[in-house]
Amino acid sequence: MAKITASAFTSHVPAIGAAMDLGKTEEPYWQNVFSGYEFSRQWLKDNPPDVVFLVFNDHATAFSLDFIPTFAIGTGAEYPPADEGWGPRPVPMVHGHPKLASHIAQSVIQEDFDLTIVNRMDVDHGLTVPLSLMCGKTDAWPCPVIPFAVNVVQYPVPSGRRCYELGRAIRRAVESFDEDLNVQIWGTGGMSHQLQGPRAGLINKEWDEKFLDRIISEPEAVADMPHIEYVREAGAEGIELVMWLVARGAMGDAAGGSAPKLLHRFYHVPASNTAVGHLIMEETA
Amino acid sequence: MALDKPYEDLPGTTLFDTDQSRMGYWLNQFCMSLMKAENRKRFLADEKAYLDEWEMSEEQKQAVMDRDLNRCISLGGNIYFLAKIGATDGKSFQQMAGSMTGMTEEEYRDMMVNGGRSIEGNRRLGEDGDAQPQNQPQGVAGKKG
Repeated sequence: MAKITASAFTSHVPAIGAAMDLGKTEEPYWQNVFSGYEFSRQWLKDNPPDVVFLVFNDHATAFSLDFIPTFAIGTGAEYPPADEGWGPRPVPMVHGHPKLASHIAQSVIQEDFDLTIVNRMDVDHGLTVPLSLMCGKTDAWPCPVIPFAVNVVQYPVPSGRRCYELGRAIRRAVESFDEDLNVQIWGTGGMSHQLQGPRAGLINKEWDEKFLDRIISEPEAVADMPHIEYVREAGAEGIELVMWLVARGAMGDAAGGSAPKLLHRFYHVPASNTAVGHLIMEETA
Repeated sequence: MALDKPYEDLPGTTLFDTDQSRMGYWLNQFCMSLMKAENRKRFLADEKAYLDEWEMSEEQKQAVMDRDLNRCISLGGNIYFLAKIGATDGKSFQQMAGSMTGMTEEEYRDMMVNGGRSIEGNRRLGEDGDAQPQNQPQGVAGKKG
């Protein structure tokens, strides 16, 4: 039986990818960011998953205004890094896990979550920056990755509650897969940031820290937070944080089990326009 | 019945909802075309001619040529789409975001390094934070005259 063993949460700021690609990681500005991931890289090496289920959002890369899926699961075999306008990032091809992804798609669609199924998709910084942060510079990602895209670009975006319930359904789907697989689920995006208009550059450290406290200890309550609070307090693009609830909903305590163990917590301002937040939680039972 | 839009009282912020998306459809689709290197080259060679290939309003075309991202957003542009214009110009996301505040690049970068823009006074229209309409433009640009 497949199992979800841990969850990781992290911002996916494009400038972090650029800093790694351009060899700037030793600069003090960037050291302040990367130091928060040293633990994570070692932990991932010591606890290698068979598959990572990676929740992210596409930033007008694979999905233009031609079609905008609210939730899209990648069931393909591979996903090339995208050219977002600066040329593709020099990072490895992302390999999928079509069999598990198709199983999850079938399972959660039958539970009334109407996913879009995607077999061909270029993946942008939303997916590749978390991999770079967690794995470092590498010639090959350590395991297959199932990309799961959430629309947080065009309103209305899915509610926190919907994301959380979807995470629960994903856990049930993983646990009904016959093969023995160690699956991690990662939720990405955020934390506070705003990239547009005269309010660009907004950071709300106090709110972010409280969000971190609460997603650890009271995710049920966070799931009921309305969109307007995210955008008012954490900036227009802070809405990405609803994606963390997909990963959090997939942890055992959301299915009646014991609370996960918090292994790592990190917060830093800034990376470019954005507050960087990062958590790792491990299943306890 | 009108749709509920509880976000209309956010200062200095435009949420990309279905009304904005409808208004900005061709503007944003034009931006997507800049993800191809040959299109970036053709656009830079003759911006007006390239823009005339799209069903955009003259106002939208002018806003693009002026690189006025606030204006582009008010005409239905979305920042992730508009970022392709910045990428075509070789600009970073920080330079693009900063350009919408009136601050110089250095002023904006310093603000971020010092912890970013404060939320105080910037939650709702009618307050007096630095992102409020009555306090534009920001930085030295706002202190002239």
